[in-house]
Amino acid sequence: MARGKKSIEKVTELMSDPVHIRNIGIVAHIDHGKTTLSDNLLAGAGIISEELAGKQLFMDSDEEEQARGITIDASNVSMVHEYEGQEFLINMIDTPGHVDFGGDVTRAMRAVDGAVVLVDAVEGTMPQTETVLRQALKEGVRPVLFINKVDRLINELKVDEMEMQIRLGRVIDKVNKLIKGMNEEAYNAGWKLDASQGTVAFGSALYNWAVSVPFMKKSGVSFKEVYESCRTGDMKNLAKRSPLCDVVLDMVVKHLPNPKDSQKRRIKVIWHGDATTPEGKAMLECDPNGPATLMITDISFDPHAGEVATGRLFSGRIKRGTELYVMGTAKKVNRLQQVGIFMGPTRVEVEEITAGNIAAVTGLKDAIVGSTVTTLQDMTPFESLKHYSEPVMTVAVEAKNMKDLPKLVEVLRQVAKEDPTLQVNINEETGEHLISGMGELHLEIVTGRIKRDKGVEIITSEPIVVYRETVTQKAGPVEGKSPNRHNRFYLELEVLPDAIVELIKNGQVSMNQSQLERRDALIAAGMDKEEAKNVKDIYGHTMFIDMTKGIQYLNETMELIIEGLHEALDGGPLADEKVQNLKIKLVDVKLHEDAIHRGPAQVIPAVRAAVKAGMLMAGDTLLEPVQKIQITVPTDQMGNATAQIQGRRGQVYDIQSEGDTVTVVGKAPVAELFGFAGDIRSATEGRAMWSTEFAGFELVPSNLMKEVVTSIRKRKGLKEQMPTPADYLA
Amino acid sequence: MLTFIGLGLYDHKDVSVRGLECIRSADVVFLEGYTSRLAGTSIAEMEAWYGRSIRVLGREEVEQHPEIVLDPAVTGDVAFLTGGDPMVSTTHSDLRIRAQLRGIKTTLIHGASISSAVCGVTGLQNYRFGKSCSLPFPQKNWTPMTPIDVIRMNLSQGLHTLVYLDIQDDRCMTVPQAVFLLEEMAQKAGISIPLYVGVARAGSPDPVVLAGPAERVRNADFGPPLHILVIPGPLHVMEEEYLSLFGGL
Repeated sequence: MARGKKSIEKVTELMSDPVHIRNIGIVAHIDHGKTTLSDNLLAGAGIISEELAGKQLFMDSDEEEQARGITIDASNVSMVHEYEGQEFLINMIDTPGHVDFGGDVTRAMRAVDGAVVLVDAVEGTMPQTETVLRQALKEGVRPVLFINKVDRLINELKVDEMEMQIRLGRVIDKVNKLIKGMNEEAYNAGWKLDASQGTVAFGSALYNWAVSVPFMKKSGVSFKEVYESCRTGDMKNLAKRSPLCDVVLDMVVKHLPNPKDSQKRRIKVIWHGDATTPEGKAMLECDPNGPATLMITDISFDPHAGEVATGRLFSGRIKRGTELYVMGTAKKVNRLQQVGIFMGPTRVEVEEITAGNIAAVTGLKDAIVGSTVTTLQDMTPFESLKHYSEPVMTVAVEAKNMKDLPKLVEVLRQVAKEDPTLQVNINEETGEHLISGMGELHLEIVTGRIKRDKGVEIITSEPIVVYRETVTQKAGPVEGKSPNRHNRFYLELEVLPDAIVELIKNGQVSMNQSQLERRDALIAAGMDKEEAKNVKDIYGHTMFIDMTKGIQYLNETMELIIEGLHEALDGGPLADEKVQNLKIKLVDVKLHEDAIHRGPAQVIPAVRAAVKAGMLMAGDTLLEPVQKIQITVPTDQMGNATAQIQGRRGQVYDIQSEGDTVTVVGKAPVAELFGFAGDIRSATEGRAMWSTEFAGFELVPSNLMKEVVTSIRKRKGLKEQMPTPADYLA
Repeated sequence: MLTFIGLGLYDHKDVSVRGLECIRSADVVFLEGYTSRLAGTSIAEMEAWYGRSIRVLGREEVEQHPEIVLDPAVTGDVAFLTGGDPMVSTTHSDLRIRAQLRGIKTTLIHGASISSAVCGVTGLQNYRFGKSCSLPFPQKNWTPMTPIDVIRMNLSQGLHTLVYLDIQDDRCMTVPQAVFLLEEMAQKAGISIPLYVGVARAGSPDPVVLAGPAERVRNADFGPPLHILVIPGPLHVMEEEYLSLFGGL
C-alpha cells in the first residue's frame, strides 16, 4: 500500500488545479467489462497490483457485487496519470450496466465531465449502451470509445485481420450514429468519434492491453502485431508495449475536457439560474474563490462516520467546519464534519476540496441525492436528476420481529436516501411498508441488503406491478366544494399532449426555470400562450395551470391548492395508483372572505375531490409498465425466442440476423414478465442472450381493465365497486 | 324544525329566555363545539342548567355529515347551539341553506356576540369599524397575509379592525401571541401598528381590557381564554377618554 499512500499525496496536490483534473465515468452495457477496465486503470496507477487487475474486481466492494459478478453501485476512485510530462488527477466513477440500476448512471453522469463508453467487440452496441450514452449526452458529458474484448473477435469468431478492422469500424459507425441521433449539434461540434484522431481505443481489459492510433505511432505497435499476438494467445508482450491504462488514460487526458472548460458549457445544461449572479459566474468559471456549490449525487452509510454524501463541487471550496445550506429544506445550517475523496471502498480525508472535484463529506444532515448544497442562503437549485426508468414493481416488507419495527423504519429511510430510484412508502400505522424499484433484480438486491447489511429480518411479499392512471377525454368545469362549502374551485381536466410530456420528461420544462423561459418552451411546443404563461405546478408529468384573473386571496391559497392537487395525483380514483399526463386548469375560484374559513382543512379536500371526480368524468383509465426486450439467439432458436415475447401479451417488432445469430426485439408488459429469466433459459436451452429496459407506460387493454382494477382495489382494501364522480362531490 | 340558538358570550346563563325555552322543549340538542366556546362553563354544567343532554359536534360532523343534524329535524324539533350569535363569524349559513332545500323550517334565536360586546368593553364605536378578520395559527406552508392586508386597509381609512383569534381543539390564541404574529407580519408588509386593544373574557364578571403599543400589550397577562384583539384607527375624543378610564391607555 506504499504506492497507494504516495498516490494519495499526489492526488491532494493536484486537486487545486482544475486544468489538470479529469472527472470521468465508465459506462457500458452489462458484462461488457467495465469493472475489469476500471481495475486495470487502478493497477496502472499503483492502487492495486498488476497481477490482480482483471481478477480482483476492486471496484465491486460489495459482497453481493462480487458474488453476482456485476456492479450494483457506482463507485469512485481518484488516481494520477502522467501525460506528456505533466501529471493529471483522474477522478473516475465505475457505474452499473444492468438496467435495474440505471439511476446510478444518471447520478454519476452529473458528477463527471467525460465518459469512456465501453463496447464489447463481439456483441457490439446493446440497448444499455444506447441508454447510458443518452444519459451522458443529456448531461453534457463528452464521450470517448473503448472497444473491449478484441481478442474474442479473433479467437472465438476467427475473423481475419481485414474482417477485424471492418467489424471494429462498424462498431464506431454505430456509436457515431447514436451520438448524431441524440445530439447532432455536439456531433458536428467535434464529438464525432474518430479512430485517427485518437477518440477511439481498442483492446482487451482482461489481458491488460489496448491500442489507439496516436499510441501506435508512439509505440510502433501495428495492427498486424495486435492480430498476431491475439491469434497466438501471447498477449503479455502486447500488454508491456501498449498497456491499457496508458492508452486509455492518454485518451482521457487528451480528449475529455477538464472541469474548467467543461463547466463553461455544462452549467447551462444542468442549471437554469441566472448566469450573472455570483454563483452563476463562479460555476461557469469553476472558481474556487466563489460561493461553494455542491450537487449531491450519492449518499451511502458508513458504520463509523454515518451518512456520507458524495457530490460534484462546481465552485468554491469546502473543508471541515464549512457551513452550508441545503436548498429546498428549512435552511438550517449544516456544518461539514469530514471532507474527503473516495479511493474505491475507502474514504480518505483531506484538508480541503476545491471547485471541479468530486467530494465525499459527512455532516450534511438535510441532504438527499439530488440536493443542491451551497454556502449561500439561497440559490436556484440544479436541475433534478432525470431517470430514464421509472419504478415498475413494488414489494411490501414488514419486520419479522416486533422489536425491529422502529429499526426497519429507520433502515428504509436510509435505503431511500441511498438509492433515489427507489420509492419507499413508510406506513407506521400498519407496519407494512412499500418499496418500488426498477425490476425484480433491483428489489431482490435491496431487500437482501436490508437483511444482510442492516441486520433487520424482514418478510417480503411477492412483487406487484406498479400502475398509473390517466384520463382519455376532457371534463369540466368540475366544481370542488370545501367542507364548509364557502370555497369553490372550478377545474377543467384533459390529456397533456405528448410533446409537452416529453419536454417535462427531459427537463426542458420545469418549475426551476424562469417563467419566461418556460413559457417560450411551451409555446414552441404548441401550447396556448395564456396557458403557457400561467403554469403553477408540474407534478408527475401533470401540469397545473391557473387561468383565473384577479381573484383576491388566491395567491395565499395557491400552496394549499397545489397540496390538494398532489394528494389527488398521488393516488387516482380508479385504483389509487399514481396519476400522470394530465393538464388541469383552474378556471374559477370562490373564496371565503376570512382566512380561517379557507384554511388547509377546507381547501385541500375541495381540490382533491374536484381532481378525483374530474378524472372519473374524463374517462380515467389504467396504464401498465412495458419493457422493451431484446433477445439474441442462434438462428434455430428464433421461434422459441419470439414465442417467449408473443406468449406474454407481447409484440415483436424487429428481427435482425447476423451470421448464425438472430436478434429479436419486442416489448411486453411487466405484469407478464415474472419468471422470464428462467423461461427464456429453458426455452432456448440456455443459449439466449437477452436484456430488458423500461419502455414507458401503456394503456391496459380494455378487455382486461376491469379485472385488473378490481384486483388492485381488492388488494388495497378499497371498496370493490367502481367509484363514481358523485362519491367525491357530496 | 331546526332552531339556531346563540348562547352568548361566557357561560350557560348568557342564553336568552326564549332560547332557553326552546332548548328545553327540543327533541334533540346539538352543540357546535369548534368555532367558539363558552369559557366560563362546562358541558355538564350546561346540561344541568338546561335540563337536557347535549351532543357536541365536531367540524367534520357538521360540515361533511349535516344529515346528523338535518334528519331528526324533518320530524322533530332540533336545537342547534353555538357560542355567541349563530351566524356571526361562523359558516353555518350553509346548514340553514341545506335545511331550507330539504323543506325543513328554520328559525334563529340570537345571542350576544363578541362583535358587539367589544364596543361595550372598549368604548370603540360600532360605526367606526371596518372589515374584520381572523388570525390563524401559522401552519406548514400556509401563513396567510390577509389579516395584515385588512388592517392596513382599515387604518388607511381611519377605521378600527376587529381581529378574531384562532381557536383550535388543543389551544386558543392569546392576545400576546397575536400581537407577536401581527408585528412580524407588519414588518414584512412594511407598515407599523400604532395601537392595540386586547380584550379577554368579555361578558364574564372579570373581563380584561388593555390598550397600548405593541410592547405593552404583548407583555401583559390577560389570564385564561377567550381573547380578542382590536386594532383601532385614530381615536375619537370620546373613545380616547373611555379607553383611558377602562383600558389603561
